[in-house]
Amino acid sequence: MHLTALNSKLIRRPIQRYVWLFLLPTFAAFCIGFLYPFFKGFYLSFCKFRITKDATFTGFENYKSIFHDTSFLHAFWYTALFAAVSLIFINVFAFIIAYFLTQGIKGANLFRTVFFMPNLIGGIVLGYIWSMIFDGILIRYNTAVTLETKYGFWGLIILICWQQIGYMMIIYIAGLQAIPEDMMEAAEIDGASKWQKLWKITIPNMMPSFTICTFLSLTNGFKLYDQNLALTNGRPYIQEGGTVIKTTQMLALNIVDSFYSSLTNRGPGQAKAVVFFILVAGISIAQLTFTRRKEVQQ
Amino acid sequence: MKREVQRKRMLSVAFALISIFYLFPVFVVLMNSFKSNGSINTETFAFPNESSFMGLQNYIKGMTFGNYPFFKSVFFSFFITVVSSALILLCCSMAAWYIARVGDKACNTVYYLCVFSMVVPFQMVMFTLSRTADKLALDTPWTIPVVYLGFGAGLAIFMFVGFVKSIPLEIEEAAAIDGCGPIRTFFMVVLPMLKPTLISVGVLEIMWVWNDYLLPYLVLDRNQYMTIPIHIQYLKGSYGTVDMGATMALILLSIVPVIIFYLICQKHIIKGVAAGAVKG
Repeated sequence: MHLTALNSKLIRRPIQRYVWLFLLPTFAAFCIGFLYPFFKGFYLSFCKFRITKDATFTGFENYKSIFHDTSFLHAFWYTALFAAVSLIFINVFAFIIAYFLTQGIKGANLFRTVFFMPNLIGGIVLGYIWSMIFDGILIRYNTAVTLETKYGFWGLIILICWQQIGYMMIIYIAGLQAIPEDMMEAAEIDGASKWQKLWKITIPNMMPSFTICTFLSLTNGFKLYDQNLALTNGRPYIQEGGTVIKTTQMLALNIVDSFYSSLTNRGPGQAKAVVFFILVAGISIAQLTFTRRKEVQQ
Repeated sequence: MKREVQRKRMLSVAFALISIFYLFPVFVVLMNSFKSNGSINTETFAFPNESSFMGLQNYIKGMTFGNYPFFKSVFFSFFITVVSSALILLCCSMAAWYIARVGDKACNTVYYLCVFSMVVPFQMVMFTLSRTADKLALDTPWTIPVVYLGFGAGLAIFMFVGFVKSIPLEIEEAAAIDGCGPIRTFFMVVLPMLKPTLISVGVLEIMWVWNDYLLPYLVLDRNQYMTIPIHIQYLKGSYGTVDMGATMALILLSIVPVIIFYLICQKHIIKGVAAGAVKG
């Protein structure tokens, strides 16, 4: 009791007098950069509008319309497929690399440096580097990455693996190095083989890292924008029942597209953004609860 | 034992080969930045030869290519990245200290709003944010750091609060008893202790702002100001015939500062990324 009172007098009250200096400027920027746009955007998803001033409330009209929007539904399934496939490839390769790099081989630090490097290059630049490389290969077969959906899909998978394997590898390496030595030694004394050690000790101990990495690659996959824009920008396009489907367009790109190509009503774009937010937030919250539960068990 | 040594040597060789393969894309860009347009398109992976070698011409052309001087984009990218990151570090560490030490209801509300903002994708706020930034005259490189501070505050405050809570209160109490006011306590006592977190958060913010495309694209007045990603997208995206050589030269020039930054701060970058991933 006495201590908290002292603490309050010494630390808390004096700081509180400087709220205008410590907290308010950042909070004001937070309101401009996040809070106000977020709530206004949420409200606008129920409106018909072109600019924010002429918004008229229309209820759930926008939400109804986007579930009949074939381009949006296509983008949704395409994104889900992409996120799942990229998740598997990135994590399998990242774990294998991390596993071998922690075996005490020569040059491990140098290799780690190389594998992480693509992570620092921005998405737009990455997209153009790889579109040049893919087109350089595909021109021998008289085609290009923007001409066929499957090239666009696997091209983007290769690109995203190149970029993100290094990142996940860093997390896996940290996890591998945190496994207690004595556990390994005990297993060795008991005569466990390499495979037994990997399956019975390494992998169970790595569960927290696996959770973090799977969810990270999942959210990254869903939020992907720059790379998608730079590599194919949705090409090739096909006609389906009067609407144009951009076959390699992912959700984020679809949303931006419907905002800035619509000259009459941006409401559906904003409604898509809200659905997108709920999706991404859902995945992130699932991760949080999942990691928490794991932590309790340990 | 001998087999073990041999196995490790084999692994080293294998990884060396994979590493070379991994660096190959950057190498192709370097090579192609010295080649003529036709040769880039048809013989992408060939070394420059006598007929396709262009010397520095692509670089010279790239400087003014697209009716916008490249050095201006580079300058704006540098300026926005440095000022935004510095602003985020200073303001968010101050706010986080306030939140952690005062800890009343208002503080907790702000803290949870920050955590919440971390799961909101940019597309959710982009339209209203760009309108708001427009109205408040935040659409220039000189003022856009405020937008970055607002949108990036969540992660930074979250990471700082976590660290501040692990600092023992006794140090600040001692400072207070010796007659140190909150401002001096923060700058002379707390901030130096925050150094590892400052570096981690700084690295994350620099990587984010430097590579960011959509936010500056929507917020900045595009006719006057470009950053490097916007410039490159503009060259490739909106031109009928693309000058590949010049584009490759500019891509290479935009990667070079990143690689230099990486080689200098490698240790901090990798540590920062690991810390950010575990927490975010």
